[in-house]
Amino acid sequence: MTLFTWIDLVYLLAAIGFILALKGLSSPKFARQGNLLGAAAATAAIAITFAVPSVRSAGSRLILMVVAMVIGAAIAVPAARRVKMTAMPQMVAIFNGVGGGAAALVSLTSFLILTSHDAFVGKPAVYRIVEVILGVLIGCVSFSGSAIAFIKLQELITGRPITYPGQQVINAIVGLAILGVAVATVLTASTVLLVVMLVLALGLGVIFVLPIGGADVPVLISLLNSFTGLAVAASGFALDNNLLIIAGTLVGASGILLTRMMSKAMGRSLANVLFSAFGSVVTATGGAAGADARPVKSGTPEDIGVLLAYARKVVIIPGYGLAVAQAQHTARELADLLMERGVEVFYAIHPVAGRMPGHMNVLLAEANVPYDELKEMDEANPEMTTADVALVIGANDTVNPAADDTPGSPIYGMPIIHADQAQNVVFLKRSMRPGFAGIDNELLFNPKTTLLFGDAKDTLTKLVAAVKSA
Amino acid sequence: MNVGIIELLTIFVLAGFVGIEVVSKVPSILHTPLMSGSNAIHGIILVGTMAIMGQAHGTVQVTLGFLAVLLATLNIVGGFVVTDRMLEMFKAKPSEKAAKSSDKDADGSAS
Repeated sequence: MTLFTWIDLVYLLAAIGFILALKGLSSPKFARQGNLLGAAAATAAIAITFAVPSVRSAGSRLILMVVAMVIGAAIAVPAARRVKMTAMPQMVAIFNGVGGGAAALVSLTSFLILTSHDAFVGKPAVYRIVEVILGVLIGCVSFSGSAIAFIKLQELITGRPITYPGQQVINAIVGLAILGVAVATVLTASTVLLVVMLVLALGLGVIFVLPIGGADVPVLISLLNSFTGLAVAASGFALDNNLLIIAGTLVGASGILLTRMMSKAMGRSLANVLFSAFGSVVTATGGAAGADARPVKSGTPEDIGVLLAYARKVVIIPGYGLAVAQAQHTARELADLLMERGVEVFYAIHPVAGRMPGHMNVLLAEANVPYDELKEMDEANPEMTTADVALVIGANDTVNPAADDTPGSPIYGMPIIHADQAQNVVFLKRSMRPGFAGIDNELLFNPKTTLLFGDAKDTLTKLVAAVKSA
Repeated sequence: MNVGIIELLTIFVLAGFVGIEVVSKVPSILHTPLMSGSNAIHGIILVGTMAIMGQAHGTVQVTLGFLAVLLATLNIVGGFVVTDRMLEMFKAKPSEKAAKSSDKDADGSAS
């Protein structure tokens, strides 16, 4: 066998490794091994690439390559190790963005190499140029879009949708300009035009993400992840590399599927998530502001402690507020305490609780909550009618009955956890401030609802003490 | 050359179906690791950046190649490390409660 056959064979094995890595995620039991297998597959593919003749004999460029890898690893490992689980969406956004940037650079540079080659005359084949254009375009949108998503999530700018007059028109103009420049690039094979398109694509990523509000960012990150996958696949076409095509397409396809599942979990179409600017809808229908003056029932930790201690079944519904207060560990302590008393306890997790799909599960896993105590929304809802207490910690929109019964509400149609069906509802809330979507929650005013105001960690600590003495 | 592009397109389409098939079975509790894990997988663009560096000529191409290798390394290394850290935390209910007290560094991030 020739060297190239060996290389292709290792690439094939790596592709299988990636497929198995994704397949491993079907169950928490095998997920970790799957990921490690994926990492091993990647390592093997990178190692064999050093054997490619042009790489092996690259001299000073080989040294530069290794230097770049060492610097990259030296930055990435500590960052990945230290990031707080609450900041995971930002981290994924960054790693995703740099991947998109790398794919765009690969496509761009492959074009430069092709056209500057000594033996090169005339123009590259049309499909070559198209491959390069797609890689540059999608990669750049993913890069700048992820950067803006990071800035939003890090709260360096407001998480609310950013809108300005003529937004749709400007987007349309930029989109058409990109299309025009792309066609011109195919016709002329001009490097200058390709760079113009690169700049426009970076701009498109920015204006595409700015109007998307905080609550919709989970869907957005999933979509951008898919984009980077497709950009990598496009680079694979440009380099005739099967592994890049397979890996990129796997991610691209799975990302699109996940994005659709997420939009469904929010009861909206993907187009609505991306182009509706959630906030503007809210202001249009937010006529319930006067309702704030209505009375709510607030309780003491002792009352609620007794309620919990003598319940038969308690469902804990966590939201992002739990994570912000770093109260996952205290919540688990309370749950364990109740379970020791013979109370049946489980956690009901809404698919979009937290700031990215499945975020809440990671945060609870961090607090050593066994995953078999976590129930998905569809599994939890049939049990709500038999629950004595629904304990809502730092969640709001995901239990808002307006999603069921208020057709004008921006969250109407979103599947929710039916906390309202439990015998008693307890909200641990910082204030009466509405949730991410910025709308009032009728459930707060329901007679069976008790509110306990304060920082989730404080109130949970008090509840633990109250249950102990109950 | 035309045969080549068709072969590549075939691989592309089939990989797309595999991607959808494999991911449709992932439960929602693992959606975050799924995103971060698939994020790591597209970091394999590193292989592409290496190929580019091998063929690059002149300052511009080498600089772009260097940058690409750096970015791709961030993606692939960071992606796999962070996913592993997350998945390590997913545990089933321990049969012996004693195992809990021996939990190690996972909390380092919270402090």
